[in-house]
This record gives sequence, structure tokens and C-alpha cells, in this order.
Amino acid sequence: MHRHALASASLAAFAFATPAMANEDVLQQSARPEQWVLQTGNYTNQRYSKLAQINRDNVKNLKVAWTFSTGVLRGHEGAPLVVGNIMYVHTPFPNTLYALDLNEDGKILWKYEPKQNPDVIPVMCCDTVYRGPAYADGTIYHHQADTTLVALDAKTGKEKWKVVNGDPKKGETNTATVLPVKDKVIVGISGAEFGVRGHVTAYDSKTGKQVWRAYSLGPDNEILFDPDKTMSLGKPVGKDSSLKTWTGEQWKIGGGTAWGWFSYDQETNLVFYGTANPSTWNPAQRAGADGKPIDQKWTMAIIARDADTGVAKWAYQMTPFDEWDYDGVNEMILADITVQGQPRKVLVHFDRNGLGYTLDRVTGELLVANKFDPKVNWTSGVVMDKNSPQYGRPQVVKEYSTFQTGQDKNTKGVCPAALGSKDQQPAAFSPSTNLFYVPTNHVCMDYEPFRVSYTAGQPYVGATLSMFAAPGSHGGMGNFIAWDAAQGKIAWSKPEKFSVWSGALATAGGIVFYGTLEGYIKAVDEKDGTELFKFKTPSGIIGNVMTYSHNGKQYVAVLSGVGGWAGIGLAAGLTNPNDGLGAVGGYAGLRDYTALGGSLTVLTLP
Amino acid sequence: MKRAGFASAMVGAIVLLSSPYAMAETANTTEKKEIAGKWVTAAGDPTYNIASDGTVDWYTFSGFRRYHSECHTCHGPDGEGSSYAPGLVESVKTMRYADFMLIVATGREVVRADKQSKMPALGDNANVRCYLEDIYVYLKARADGGLPRGRPAKRADKPEAAEKQEKECFGDR
Repeated sequence: MHRHALASASLAAFAFATPAMANEDVLQQSARPEQWVLQTGNYTNQRYSKLAQINRDNVKNLKVAWTFSTGVLRGHEGAPLVVGNIMYVHTPFPNTLYALDLNEDGKILWKYEPKQNPDVIPVMCCDTVYRGPAYADGTIYHHQADTTLVALDAKTGKEKWKVVNGDPKKGETNTATVLPVKDKVIVGISGAEFGVRGHVTAYDSKTGKQVWRAYSLGPDNEILFDPDKTMSLGKPVGKDSSLKTWTGEQWKIGGGTAWGWFSYDQETNLVFYGTANPSTWNPAQRAGADGKPIDQKWTMAIIARDADTGVAKWAYQMTPFDEWDYDGVNEMILADITVQGQPRKVLVHFDRNGLGYTLDRVTGELLVANKFDPKVNWTSGVVMDKNSPQYGRPQVVKEYSTFQTGQDKNTKGVCPAALGSKDQQPAAFSPSTNLFYVPTNHVCMDYEPFRVSYTAGQPYVGATLSMFAAPGSHGGMGNFIAWDAAQGKIAWSKPEKFSVWSGALATAGGIVFYGTLEGYIKAVDEKDGTELFKFKTPSGIIGNVMTYSHNGKQYVAVLSGVGGWAGIGLAAGLTNPNDGLGAVGGYAGLRDYTALGGSLTVLTLP
Repeated sequence: MKRAGFASAMVGAIVLLSSPYAMAETANTTEKKEIAGKWVTAAGDPTYNIASDGTVDWYTFSGFRRYHSECHTCHGPDGEGSSYAPGLVESVKTMRYADFMLIVATGREVVRADKQSKMPALGDNANVRCYLEDIYVYLKARADGGLPRGRPAKRADKPEAAEKQEKECFGDR
């Protein structure tokens, strides 16, 4: 039955295929270092630029070239795009999009402001953030908060088509960017805190017609898993790989949304992404019929799907039966590195759960899974012995299991906190050092799950938590680290006062850029993290640093505008459990450092 | 249009909660009495109690839990506010229970030149509706400065009345 469905899905895909391949254009355009056409730089998500005019010797001389106010106060995630002489700047809800003329210091060429029902605002769990549009083939693909996907003429801002991907009344919203691949645009969905059943959908890039949709959980023909051909840890997943890991119909409100990033490998024609937490946050309500943990596939998983058909080639679940809200949505970075003496085509992923994973991106084989924050304590590690029945599974430490501690009981001192050792803020990879540069959170939590009931379009959480800076460390809430993904080791680590919630950029100038929540844009040496430059922008940075070149001059740009989960969790400062009852210890409140306001800062050498 | 919606939702909320507090005329948080583990001001608003050894009443503790499940993702930890939504510790200093209940049940929209914010109507959400008093007294305890930030260290046991009310409110438990 499901076989038939899979076959017809691929037939449909073939019928829609056209010779004009958007990814040819994306490949060509993203190969030009003077541009930035996808949010993550290019299909590999490496966030690396070959531009080298700004380098480790002269970066200290950077000055502001020009700035631009977005007119919106909420948290600004993502980055501007640059295509030719035009820069595209997006905002959080109402998702305004500006096209700025680089030949005239950012004069506004056109502005697109969608009309959206404000009812979508409160169903976005943690601020109305948006990680930005993408460019392909003369078109800007813009995915609004209310899940309307619109294709705009890149030159004029005129609508070519639009389509609605989800229903905000059920808590379905969008915060993610999109990925144009071939003749399709791949989009995700947010709302696991509202019991949304997650999915990824491909739309025809010329018409907006839906080509395929793959749910994260449910029957095989809806998750587009082939029981015999879709692999996990070297074995076929088998029949009902998702359904048999849920009790009753909980999967219908089971979360596993796809609100992170997509990457694409043209050799294998695979699209990679991660899935979010199972709903609710109370694991007892998701236990198996026997009262024991049950996996809840394919939440918390890395999934590799064929771009044309959506059928999964492989999947790997990082945190089976989540008990801490460790969404698996963070970016998948594709790189070719040497692991144990062998050149490998890998996928590297820094998960919320605090483990840095290196997998073979062709087969899904697990190569490395190590902690990228030494304070991570919920697991003793992942079993790497292929002959063990526990192969590939993280071993949960009883003391930090919110399920074993139980409903209505407080599990103390779990590291990392629900916001993860790293959230969506993307890391960068430099082929010159073979290191990954990772913005991280250094925050732990107490977590108490309890019973909740489901109402469509209402929060469906079921746990209370308090967060604090990792105890017994430097007292700060973040680190910016360099990671060796072949060894699974931290190369260097630079402490930060607040969580680092900004995407990194590595360049051929031997430097790495990132932003801080106080609002600094910083440049550090790729070799050892030495700080070479910092400048305080108008507001806290949760956006991602990008670079481009115009008329032969290199520029570095970043959106500031504090908000997002970081702005919510850290505005008032965290409590220090060691200082006794609720004292606010020495930990800084973000609101003492920065205030709301979206603006773009563009830097260059004098 | 909006007012009509509000009014009917308000009636719904009040009927739903059948609260004795909606009729209260004046606020007075200094005098209070206990009825089956639940504390009430002389003016008839629900309130918190913190014993001399720091033990909080059940409802204040319950409010702490529910707040940090349903409310803190917008309003920040401990009612302190966030970059996204205002601090409720400030708001409830002057807000009577009836007004609090109304806003939570029916929502609130603020449209200004510089921002548009929208609080959802949570009256349909059993996880909020069944604990409205709890959340209010928790925030009151925080607002008056009696309860510091973080998890209350000690709490009273759950009264039978709370158990019973919870079951009735959820309908299925």
C-alpha cells in the first residue's frame, strides 16, 4: 500500500521536473564570493567566504560604512542577502522585505510588506523571529510567519505566486528560511510547543504547486520512508518505523517540526535537515503502553531526503524519547574532511543535546558523537560499538532523567538547559583550518514535568523550568568554540558573558566573526580565538554575520535587534541556584545591556 | 466588533470559572484569611501566603509551575518580563483579579506606531483556565516582594479541594 503511494509520489515528481534547474543558478551565484544568495552562504551551510581583503592583520581597522533601520523592534535573526548590486533585508513579523541599492548606500529600491493576521503573533512560541528569504533564478522566496510562501521578482518585488503551507489556528507558523533546490523550494514548519505534527514540503519553484510533503511522524506513506530502502545506522528502518514508537494517536499532535536549516548535496541529490522535540514536554504523557520510554520517531532526528521525491534515504535519531526539549533542528554542515585517516564526505551537526555529530552524509553512518560542552551531563555518551543493541543511542544518566525522576518532581542541575548547548544560530566551517566555529550556550536547568491537556492552537508544553549559568565554570552563559569534527574535540573555547546567539562567519582572511547578545560584532583569529576586533552595534545580536564585496571592496554586515528565545530567557537575568533561594547572584540581566530595535550595520576598511 | 467579542468571552470566562472574586470592590492585600488551604484578601481577591519559615501555600507553588509552562515563553522567567512581552510582576501590582482573569481569558492586542503585540485568548486552554487563581497569586507574591525569584523552596501539601477542583476543571481526570 505504502509502496504504491511512494511510487505515485515519485511519478508526480517526475511529471513536474523541468529542465530549468534553480540549483544551477544557485550553484553559480553562490560560487561568486562577492555575493550571499542563501542564508547559509551556499548549499553546504559552511558559512565560509573566500573574500580575504579583510584579514587578521587589518580587521582591527574596520569602520562603519553605512547603517539601516528596519523599523521593526522584535528579534532579528538571519542575515541580509546580496545579489548583484542589490541587498535584501528582512524583518521579523510583519516580515517586511527591503531591496537596497548598494550603488547608493542602501537607497530603498522596493519594499514588500505582507498583510498578515496578527493572531499569528501569540502562536509563535518564542518571539516573531524569521531567519530570512533565499534567492534563486531571479526570484526571492520569502516565507512569512503565517506560513504564506511568496515568490517575488528580485528586481521589482512583484509577486509571482504565493501559497499557504500551514494553519496558524492550529499553531502552525514559520520562522525558518527556505531552500531552493532544482525546480523546487523546500520549506519547513514551526509549532512543536503547540502540538503541531511536523512536516517538510517541496513546492514547484515556478508555480507554487505542492510537489511532495513528508511528515516527521506517522504512517510510512506520509513520512515518505521506504521500509526496505530507508536506512538508519546501517539497517533498513522496516515497516511502521514511526507509528510503532508512539502510543495510541499521540503522534497526531506529536511535534517533530522542522524549523531549522536545510542543506543540499548535489552529488547524492539529498536534502538534509533536523526535526524538533516530541510534544508534550512531559515525557510521562508520551511513554509506551507499558509505561517505559518509547522512541517517538522521527522526532529529534537528522533526515536525508531525495530532493525530487522527498523519500528518505537515511535517518538518525539523536535523542530518542526526549525528556528535556532538545530539538534536533540545528544546521547540517556538509564538508569533506579526513576522519581516522580516511577522506570522508561528512555531515556535521551541533545538537541542542550538547553532542557534536559527524556522520557520513552518503550513508548516514555515525562516525563521531562527542560533547561539545564539557558540562553536558544528561548522557554518559553515545554507544559506538556496532554490535551493541544500544548502537548509536545516547546513554541517559538516571539522575538527570526527567522521566525517571517523575511527573510533578523537580529534576535538578540538568546540562544543557532546554535552549540547548546550541540553538539555531548556525556554526561556520573553514576549509583552511578544517575547524568548525560554534556559537554555544553554557546554561543548565531544573525541569519539572507535569500533566497538560491539548487544545488546538494553544500552548502544549507540560513542564516548568528554571535556567542558570553552568555551575562550576567561568560564570558566563556562553562560549564561542572551535571544534575538530574528525576527533570530536574542542580546539579552543572563548568564554562569553551571555549565550552566543549569533551565526558565525569564517573567511579566507583567517578570521571568524560572530555577534553577542550585548550587541558586539567580534572578529577572532581562526587559529586560537584571539579577539582582534569588536564594535558595539545598536542592539543585541541574534542575527548571523555575512560578507560581500561591492566595487572591489569587502564589507561585513549583521542585523542587530535583540529578542528570540535569548531575549525572553535572559532579559531579566538568570538566577543562581548556588546563591540560595532565587538570588540573582552575579549573573547579568540582558536588559541592563541592550534594548529592542532592528538595524543593519555594514562595516568595511577605511 | 472587538468589544462585543470581549464581552461575550468575558461572560464565558466568568461562567466558566464561577469566581466569587469578580464582585470585589476594593483591593486590600494586608488582611487575609484561609479557606481550605486557599488564601483570600478582605476584599475578596485570591492571594498568597508565605509562612515564617518560607513555606508557600500550594496555590502559589502551583502558580509558579503553571506560569513557567504557559506564560514564561513570552513574559520571561519569574514574571520579570522579556524582550517580547511585559513583566507581569509590575502589572499585577495594580491589577485586580477580575481584570487579570478577563485579559487572560480573552486576550489583549496593542497596536502602536512602534509595535504590534498580541496576547492570545487562553480561556479555552485548560492548562491555564484551571489554574488562573494559582498564576495570579504567584504573581502577586512576586509583585509584593514576598517571594524571591526562582522556585519556591518549600510548599504546603496539595489540599484536597485543589485536587477536586482540578479534576472537575479538566473533566477527564
